[in-house]
Amino acid sequence: MKIVLEHLTKRYPNRNKKIGGFVVAVDDFNFEIPDGQLIGLLGPSGCGKSTTLNMICGLETPTEGKIYFGDDDVTELPPEKRGVGMVFQSYALYPHLTVRQNIMFPLENLKGAQKLTKEEMERRAQEAAEMVQIERLMDNKPSEMSGGQQQRVAIARALVKRPRVLLLDEPLSNLDARLRLQTREEIRRIQQETKITTVFVTHDQEEAMSISDMIVVMSAGVFQQMGKPQDVYDHPKNLFVAKFLGTPAINVFDGTIRDGKLYLGDDAVMNAGGVEDQDVYVGIRPEGFILDDDGPMHCGLNRVEVMGRDTTVVSTHPSAQSDMIRVIIPSESRTAALENTVNFSLKPFKVHLFDKETEEAIPFLSE
Amino acid sequence: MYKNSAKAWLYLLPALIFLSVFMIYPLFDVMIYSVEEGYNSASQTYFGVGAYNYRYVLRDPYFLQAVKNTFILVIITVPVSTGVALLISLGLNSIQKLRDLFQTIFFLPYVTNTLAVGLVFMILFKKTPYSDGFINLIINAFGGSTIDFIEGPYWAKMFVMCFYTVWVVMPFKILILTSALASVDKDLYKAAKVDGATSFRIFRKITLPMISPMIFYLIITGFIGAFKAYSDEVAIFGTNLNAAGMNTIVGYVYDMLYGDSGGYPSYASAAALILFAIVLTITCINLLASRKTTIS
Ligand SMILES: Nc1ncnc2c1ncn2[C@@H]1O[C@H](COP(=O)(O)OP(=O)(O)O)[C@@H](O)[C@H]1O
Ligand SMILES: [Mg+2]
Repeated sequence: MKIVLEHLTKRYPNRNKKIGGFVVAVDDFNFEIPDGQLIGLLGPSGCGKSTTLNMICGLETPTEGKIYFGDDDVTELPPEKRGVGMVFQSYALYPHLTVRQNIMFPLENLKGAQKLTKEEMERRAQEAAEMVQIERLMDNKPSEMSGGQQQRVAIARALVKRPRVLLLDEPLSNLDARLRLQTREEIRRIQQETKITTVFVTHDQEEAMSISDMIVVMSAGVFQQMGKPQDVYDHPKNLFVAKFLGTPAINVFDGTIRDGKLYLGDDAVMNAGGVEDQDVYVGIRPEGFILDDDGPMHCGLNRVEVMGRDTTVVSTHPSAQSDMIRVIIPSESRTAALENTVNFSLKPFKVHLFDKETEEAIPFLSE
Repeated sequence: MYKNSAKAWLYLLPALIFLSVFMIYPLFDVMIYSVEEGYNSASQTYFGVGAYNYRYVLRDPYFLQAVKNTFILVIITVPVSTGVALLISLGLNSIQKLRDLFQTIFFLPYVTNTLAVGLVFMILFKKTPYSDGFINLIINAFGGSTIDFIEGPYWAKMFVMCFYTVWVVMPFKILILTSALASVDKDLYKAAKVDGATSFRIFRKITLPMISPMIFYLIITGFIGAFKAYSDEVAIFGTNLNAAGMNTIVGYVYDMLYGDSGGYPSYASAAALILFAIVLTITCINLLASRKTTIS
């Protein structure tokens, strides 16, 4: 079931009555979530991810705009009529009910022609439990289980009605690191088995990149970019997206374009054809540097961190916006001889130029 | 380990001393009084030991009237006050505007002086040379005839007593229940809405179980409080509760000790222990019931 958002906007009255006015939590969203895919909705805390998800779910009504599931306009429908399943960060399991009762709860609410027999409900609950591999815990109470198990129960409860759309709001944030990895694989597997259109909200870019078919990046209520995770990483549309994706973060410099060349300070570090002469922001991914004694980029060496497969060279550059720049190179590189300074040449496709005013990406030719 | 526990006992000592002097010793004393026949507090003598005092008390019509009054009070006021408090709390919980204002209004009686409360009830119910009371004004307006709530028929007096008790305990119950309702995780309601539960089903299947420990707490303390009722009755009906037919068990105990016909510590002790047995039994039943409901 594809989901279409049309001019979707949500304004809240400001919580702080003294300031008054409105908070624009979601500002004029227009995009389409393709059928059967897992979409990661990504952005920093407070940027309106939950609000967007709640509007898709039907828990919040949009101030403006429309939501379509397939060709159906669901904007005015309450959640139970939309055929959605929702998973919350806090799990939101009913603590006084057993796992079985929790999973059966949505089925017991079905009315009229949809009403199921007791046996059918039991069977469906069992099926959903097997899907998330908690069938042996059916008679436990939520408090007797680990966070990961509880989140699986919540997923089973969301799936048991066979929803058209599955919505997850930061489902992994309350789990410890190991369970987080495990559960995210689990969510990926379940999504691929069921082929349910899924929207997965997170503020963790690595999480979103690792399991999503597509990611949607947003910031302060404003849509930034949508695409395959690798495409968005390789072709960020603006400085925010470039900075938000990738760990360690992209290194940002103040640069100048002159005569088709990119200058950092007085050094011409790279060709940048087809761009008018101007000052620019330069983003260089940590993996975009090549250790090269004759390289055009001259940096002060701070320290070298060898970590198994990769080596991080922490260094300084006068044009850099941060005190330190982080460069990642393969561990085989000969770093032992380095002293005080280090020179690099650049991989052009790991370098991004952004307009100083709009912070939009500027296309360029490196040949 | 041993040293630690010695220290622990040392810290507990002040509390233990107070408890033994003011709670445990009197309790034993009351037990002893209650089995001493014909005890005379002036001469400190008695005839013998046995169940005579209990037999006397259980046959005393004033005691039986007090038991009846107390039970009616308990059975009516505990469910009514808890139920009404729950309704008001649910209302408070679901409104956005003016919530603080209403919360303050409902809590006012709790911080209001007893005398002021008594005055309000006078205005509502008492017949004076100038007026028949506010309630009677209303009854008259609807064509009914004046009822004397303070010195009139038994049911009218009982109505005032129950009304007063419910009104006095309401603020505390509302306070407890509104905070219990506010502490229920909001995500549970969101989840239930997505799961398609109707608001009635959300109330029965989620809200009620989530706040049931607090409801049981209110029922148990409500029972105990209502069984101990006495001072409110004096405030409304005066000190001669036996004559008014509105005595309670605690009132009977007090009268037996200090009342006009008092001076019988043995009878008072026997009545007090009967009350103790009743409250203990009912509290145990309550606890068992609450354990059953919370487990299932
Ligand atoms: N009920 C509300 N009333 C007022 N402001 C709200 C409300 N819900 C969210 N907001 C505001 O809307 C913005 C987006 O919130 P949210 O969608 O929860 O962000 P996210 O899930 O990305 O962290 C925040 O600035 C938040 O303070
Ligand atoms: Mg959120």
